[in-house]
Amino acid sequence: MKDSNRIIGASLPRPDARRLAAGRGTFTDDIILPRMVHMALVRSPYAHAMIKSIDTRKATKAEGVVRVITGEDLADICSPFIAGIEFLPNMISPPQYALAPTEAAWQGEAVCAILAESRALAEDAAQLVLVEWEELPAVVDPVAALKPDSPLVHSGLESNLVMTLPRAEGDTEAAFAEAAVVVEHSFEFGRQSGLALETRSVIADFEPAGRRLTVYQSHQTPYQMQDVYARHLGLDEHQVRVIVKDVGGAFGLKLHAYPDEMAAVAASVLLGRPVKYIADRQESFASDIHAREMTAAGRLAVNGEGNILGVEVDVLSAVGAYSVYPRTSVGEGIQAVQFTGAPYRLPAFKGRVRVVYQNKTPTGAYRAVGQPIGCVVIEQLLDLAAAELNLDQAEIRRRNNLGPADLPLKAAGGLEIEDVSLDACLTALLNKMDYEKLRRDQDEARRQGLCRGIGLATFVEQTAVGAGLYGPAGARISAQEGCSLRLEPSGLVRCATSATDQGQGTLTGIQQVVAETLGVKFDAVTTEDGDGGSTPYGGGSWASRGLSVGGEAARLAAIDLRRKILGAAAAISQETPDNLTLSGGEIFSDGKSLMALSELARIVHFRQDTLPSDVDCEMNVTRHFLPRKFPYFMANGIQASYLEVDLGTGAIKLLDHWVVEDCGLVVNPLLVDEQLRGGIVQGLGAVLYEHCLYDSSGQILTASLADYAVPLASEMPDIHVVHVENPTSGTGLGAKGAGEAGTLGAPAAVWCAVNDALRPLGAQVWKQPFTAAHIIEALRSANCPQEASELFEN
Amino acid sequence: MVETVSIRLTVNGAEVSKEVEPRQHLTDFLRNELGLTGSHIGCEHGVCGACSVRVDGRVVRGCLMLATQADGAAVETIEGIVESSEAADLAEAFIGRNALQCGFCTPGMMLTAAELLAEGKPLDRAGIRQELSGNICRCTGYQAIVDAVESVLVKKTGEV
Ligand code: FES
Ligand code: FES
Repeated sequence: MKDSNRIIGASLPRPDARRLAAGRGTFTDDIILPRMVHMALVRSPYAHAMIKSIDTRKATKAEGVVRVITGEDLADICSPFIAGIEFLPNMISPPQYALAPTEAAWQGEAVCAILAESRALAEDAAQLVLVEWEELPAVVDPVAALKPDSPLVHSGLESNLVMTLPRAEGDTEAAFAEAAVVVEHSFEFGRQSGLALETRSVIADFEPAGRRLTVYQSHQTPYQMQDVYARHLGLDEHQVRVIVKDVGGAFGLKLHAYPDEMAAVAASVLLGRPVKYIADRQESFASDIHAREMTAAGRLAVNGEGNILGVEVDVLSAVGAYSVYPRTSVGEGIQAVQFTGAPYRLPAFKGRVRVVYQNKTPTGAYRAVGQPIGCVVIEQLLDLAAAELNLDQAEIRRRNNLGPADLPLKAAGGLEIEDVSLDACLTALLNKMDYEKLRRDQDEARRQGLCRGIGLATFVEQTAVGAGLYGPAGARISAQEGCSLRLEPSGLVRCATSATDQGQGTLTGIQQVVAETLGVKFDAVTTEDGDGGSTPYGGGSWASRGLSVGGEAARLAAIDLRRKILGAAAAISQETPDNLTLSGGEIFSDGKSLMALSELARIVHFRQDTLPSDVDCEMNVTRHFLPRKFPYFMANGIQASYLEVDLGTGAIKLLDHWVVEDCGLVVNPLLVDEQLRGGIVQGLGAVLYEHCLYDSSGQILTASLADYAVPLASEMPDIHVVHVENPTSGTGLGAKGAGEAGTLGAPAAVWCAVNDALRPLGAQVWKQPFTAAHIIEALRSANCPQEASELFEN
Repeated sequence: MVETVSIRLTVNGAEVSKEVEPRQHLTDFLRNELGLTGSHIGCEHGVCGACSVRVDGRVVRGCLMLATQADGAAVETIEGIVESSEAADLAEAFIGRNALQCGFCTPGMMLTAAELLAEGKPLDRAGIRQELSGNICRCTGYQAIVDAVESVLVKKTGEV
């Protein structure tokens, strides 16, 4: 049981939420600067075309227009993006320009920017820009893109293959030869949008006299963007300041450097005036990174007891027109392979990923990057094997789960796994969902002609990635987070962190860590993030690092500040520091109250004259933390879905959903639970509804929220959350990340549940999202009769 | 020059008269002309509900209504319903239950929820989910929002 006085571990609401719930947030579009102009863009209407000429004369003269800019105008002030990986020297990445100067490679690539007094006037003028295009053949289908005679995505490329990466461990050939059962399945994953409700937003303010650039941006990492703007615009980094205010959802899509945002910043440099660019929803669908488009083929060998002997996975990942800057677009395919089978003992593994360009919107990191795909592949294969062996789905997982005897482990897929609690999570899940009873309910439902399925999805979750990934890749990304603490004269504490918060509650968690470690009340601390110029240098937020890494930096800073406070208190009271403690904002000597922290703070700030000259009055500390013991913290868990498939219409109804997550120490259960639920609903969106559709010429067909279906309240079930707490030994705090888990495991749980429902009919799905049409297609290809009652008779 | 039209209306109880472009929608008007940035723009085509405001007592999508159409109307925004303490319980429930993450959908969600509460008819969770289905939230997964609304509704109607 937790001590009721503890702040860490308490379900405290977020102080920030009060402002947001009153409509008093400050999102980037809420900011207005003096002399600010608004940018609208002319984007390519073709998936692939050469730009023969751009006539801007009429647009330049239109009402309210300040300037019209093309790629040519930026050639001297803004260098292009090239997103490669140093340890993959064969990876091909063509340069990407803020405004494409000669060739557009996806429908929506920006070619011309209009700066005007209002966004409406800028849009009016955009219609007056005359671009002479020469349409080129568009490469849309990833398989066709790899054919030797395929047209090229860019005229500068030699082939459309970005890179290929094989991986082999152990003897898969022998494993498959000696297997009792071999199962295989092929998979298609639809292209998705990360879709933040607040569209991408930026305001750049370049002050030419001092050559200072301030950028307000809806983004996850101000530090990375300061580096990008400084280097690509030839500015001094310490003159560049990126400020992130409230962010209306990010999910990885606001982690990248986007050409159109770069165009806005470059335009501000050209004009010497503030420039605002807010993507509209249609632009977002065409230009926010997409994700997940992939096909996979998997094969699994098990012995007669259901123990895995070997696994093979082959992935083709289609990433759109460019490798996204600066983190590249190859991570999704690589992680899809690495995470296939990662929670299980795999004596032999053979994987390959091929990454291919196509004339579509570039893809990049979206919540859980590639991991959901690896999870779907192995969970589906395990269920197929279990069915062959007449083994229960929970049992086959238990037989293969990594356990203490296997750990720590460098897994066959290439991941390093320190410590996971898979069996404990499985047991907790089966108890919570009353698995046996649910199986009986399912049988009973079948007897009544209802087609119901239960799906389980075990996962490991890579969180808090350290320097081992970015350094060798040559990416200028800091894996270390920092925290500054300052004792105010009133005895209250200001905390500034490099971790950024887009609503997850990272700031609240850090506030809890600081308050408890220091020995003050929760309300005695305020926390700030997002100002890349004044907070300690660090990474920001991605891959669930805020609390696991940023929280540890906060803990270290609080320990140091407490030491300073107690040192000063000892000098004032002529005690030894070792006898003193700080608790609830009061300093105690051997349990007796000595003074309030506010009194000490007043003295060290305003009455240093009363103290001996060797007393340290500097009540300001900054500490950083870099995960070193492990390359990342591997969280883990399991999800389950219970659902019903309507065999007549193909509709899927979610009946129930469970998650058991081990993210190490849980700093704030209220916030972690909602992270999990929110993530699960995104994963349910992925598997059931969300799909960026294109026609064969590369035109996006789903460029509005009316066409791109996202989960709504009425379609979603209540979700049961259970925690297993297994603190990581990689930090003193013990927290791992929790932000990917939901999105990671939910698709596989639904894949397995739908296929569990359909298995007696001989049908299986293979294409995500599971539209009604796909369910019917799956039933037809299994030659299923349409009457449910007949189906389950035998 | 762009033509303008003059309109008079009340916004959160205060009288406002302004010259507006005929093409300006109500949300742009509230945000850009009056600085009421609590109403958000998530799609500008009537799907997401982030722009929800109340016009003459009914919740509408500000992006689907022109400012000129609000001439003579009484408009209320999130800033208004929170300040007037009409939505105080709801705001507390949202905060306490962590029913908002990024907070971008929240003003629209609260306006929709306030309307549902004002109607005062008892609803079960499925009914609440149904009522909230015109507002997209990308962060929370909805359950905490349903919990928050349910808790205020139960307090109000005295029923579960
Ligand atoms: S902005 Fe009005 S409904 Fe989305
Ligand atoms: S809280 Fe972010 S969209 Fe609802």
